[in-house]
Amino acid sequence: MTGIISYGAYIPYWRLQRSTLASALGSKGAKGARAVASFDEDTTSMGVEASRIALRGVSEKYSPHSLWFATAEPGYLDKTNANAIHAALSLDISVNAFDCLGSVRSGVAAVHAAVGGNSMAVLSDIRTGLPGGNDESMGGDGAASFCFGTENVIAELLSTGASTSEFVDRWRTPGEKASKQWEERFGEYAYAPLVEVAFNEALKKANLTAADVSHSIFSGLHARAVKAAPQSCGINLDTLRDDFAATLGNSGTAHWGVMLANVLDTAQPNEVIAIVVLADGVNVILLRTTEALVAHQKQQDSSLTVQAQIAAGRNDLSYSQFLTWRGFLHREPPRRPEPDRPAGPPSLRTAAWKYGLYGSRDESGFIYLPPSRVSLQSGSIDNMEMVRMADIRATIATYTVDHLAFSMSPPVVAAVIDFDGGGRFQCELTDVDPATVKIGDRVEMSFRKLYTQDGIHNYFWKAKPVRTGVK
Amino acid sequence: MASHGICDKVAIIGMGCTNFGEHWNKSTDDLLIDSSSAALANAGITLDDVDAFWLGTMGSGLSGLTLSRPLKIQHKPVTHVENYCATGSEAFRNACYAVASGAYDIVMAIGVEKLKDSGYSGLVVSAPAGDGTQATVTAPASFSLLAPAYANKYGVDEAELKDVLTRIAWKNHRNGALNSRAQFKKEVSKETIAASPLIAGQLGIFDCSGVSDGSAAAIIVRVEDAHKYTDRPIYVKALSFVAGPAAGPIDPSYDYTTFDEVVHSANDAYKQAGITDPRAELAMAEVHDCFTPTELVLMEDLGFAERGTAWKEVLAGTYDLDGELPVNPDGGLKSFGHPIGASGLRMLFECWTQLRGEAGARQIPGVGQKDSVKTKALTHNLGGAPGACVSFVSVVGSKLD
Repeated sequence: MTGIISYGAYIPYWRLQRSTLASALGSKGAKGARAVASFDEDTTSMGVEASRIALRGVSEKYSPHSLWFATAEPGYLDKTNANAIHAALSLDISVNAFDCLGSVRSGVAAVHAAVGGNSMAVLSDIRTGLPGGNDESMGGDGAASFCFGTENVIAELLSTGASTSEFVDRWRTPGEKASKQWEERFGEYAYAPLVEVAFNEALKKANLTAADVSHSIFSGLHARAVKAAPQSCGINLDTLRDDFAATLGNSGTAHWGVMLANVLDTAQPNEVIAIVVLADGVNVILLRTTEALVAHQKQQDSSLTVQAQIAAGRNDLSYSQFLTWRGFLHREPPRRPEPDRPAGPPSLRTAAWKYGLYGSRDESGFIYLPPSRVSLQSGSIDNMEMVRMADIRATIATYTVDHLAFSMSPPVVAAVIDFDGGGRFQCELTDVDPATVKIGDRVEMSFRKLYTQDGIHNYFWKAKPVRTGVK
Repeated sequence: MASHGICDKVAIIGMGCTNFGEHWNKSTDDLLIDSSSAALANAGITLDDVDAFWLGTMGSGLSGLTLSRPLKIQHKPVTHVENYCATGSEAFRNACYAVASGAYDIVMAIGVEKLKDSGYSGLVVSAPAGDGTQATVTAPASFSLLAPAYANKYGVDEAELKDVLTRIAWKNHRNGALNSRAQFKKEVSKETIAASPLIAGQLGIFDCSGVSDGSAAAIIVRVEDAHKYTDRPIYVKALSFVAGPAAGPIDPSYDYTTFDEVVHSANDAYKQAGITDPRAELAMAEVHDCFTPTELVLMEDLGFAERGTAWKEVLAGTYDLDGELPVNPDGGLKSFGHPIGASGLRMLFECWTQLRGEAGARQIPGVGQKDSVKTKALTHNLGGAPGACVSFVSVVGSKLD
């Protein structure tokens, strides 16, 4: 049996209310909110966060053959974005890391590539558009990650179906911040036959009918075509699952992954899940949940379900902050030098620290962050073992709010944190309200993009408050 | 660990110090020329009489050429030293040892910094190429960590601590107002200080030392030669410099209410100078008040107050100009300004001035007279951040022990 053995979705902390957006622009606003990646996040860092959640659900022995990363908003061209994810997850050096970039459909490609080879597929996207446009309001940011394998499968792959057609519906040239779309009714016309072809092919291969589907997921950036698709498939509309239009917005490449994670959070064993992705053609994936899903759901941290992450979000992001974070509003920087670009050679030498957040532990149990070769007490040299800190929680020992330091989103909140079981680290806090930070607050680590200098993204770890979300 | 010191082996015979402040019309060269000329004149010698030089600057130049080029020094040893904000003290310490060793007869220690040409707010230090994981907090943010930790440990509430910090800034501004060389020659009301815009944590702009340009210099000879040049030399009693393992930021047992490095260097210096009760024996102290919580914590680390009591002593005026132990009578880093490489020597300049009774309006009562009982003064200079710093303590005196 081949299929999903674990999964994780990552929803960024911030929400922009559509009413906030509308009042800023003097327009009539749609209801609800969209999820917004923070200023220190990109598709790579969100992919790491989703994958960390996914890897909590597999045994420590699990080592994927490859990691496939898909996004329409990559941090780099030429350089493989998946490598930073590979490094942050501390995957073995022998594990492949590949990108599927540029189009929203690439998320399906990543899953196709990963499913047969005991591999991981990581889908991540940041969606926006020109101020006042529909993409800005209805887009959303998020990521989803899936581990595939043959043992302890929680959702078996039954079949896939596909259809492809070249037509101009949505397009964006590299470097542009917003995509463009042809007249909406044309796309609806172009997608309709493609849905039927792909869906029927998948059903036939799995020897199923539309009536066998328990949960259906329809995803795509063309809202009208997506809305029309279930009926043309003959799907029972009661099986349609939350598309998060009201709470998160459409996260493009990652969107059906987030929807699937939400379904898996609560699905019963032996249920058929149909995924229909409309993106320059149509892809259909049919899955059947297994008995193993029950145990998987039981061991999952209840604060990491999609619903819990939605509930834990912060709802008062201002429109000016949103525009600043997405690069549409250039604000006066502090009169301080910009940070140095991270240098290549030291970043390679310290990769276990910088990406994997490994410290070193001496013979007395003292943990050094960053790793040290020399023991503080005994002075012994190279008598250390490496220890991964990324998934250990910590407590704030002291903190300060720095109004002077350079930041994309001042002020910088800096804290000294003490990890459970040892290890002290001074780092930035993120997704935090400076006014409510207290000594003794609990925090956990989050992989972030500190800043970009000379085109080099400086990825490293910050701490963020532990949020339990819904009970 | 042996630390024998060189008590009463070398003496200062002349000092010079420029005004500190925004010297838009003076270069690093100009400041070096001005302070060295003043020191030479003060000692009654010429540049030709000086055998060797120690130059302290953190970022205003590299190598001995930074001094030899503007002064046109003719083929003599010039050593450039750097040790963060304690750079000036480090230049002085090494110069003293060179004389004590017998290698040279007359040496100059000189410090300089030109900070105001950068165009940035606060201090800017360029770091070697790194992996981008180093904490990017500014100096005020690093030192602001002391305030909540101290308040928490000793049960001082936030408003009360703010009063303590404000009073430190107020005192140093009041002292600086009496000092023609100071960057801020103005008293500032406690209300203004307390209401100043926040920079980091609890610290407002008035809790921070002045970013400034300046230079200071000292001429040093063997004790037995000192009276050839002046009737009132100042003798070096103790020099202690300590660098620690910088473990505060990685060691959960460090609580951000002390500088271990300062405690070590103070103990070493007191031993060298034979001081057992610093608060009673010292006539004055110049300490590294880079930010107001630093001065608060230093009072305890230097043994001027029991642990957990310095905040009360500050409020009681113990360290005022007319208090039991005047601290930073020249205005300190707070109002004299903090041109990094010059600050350690500027502190020494105030000891030189006070112990010789030449401080004018800010002369500490009963100090600097022939019959003065208290004849020793202390300088304390540190560089780095809480938990990871270098610390220097010197003791100088107007009488041989």
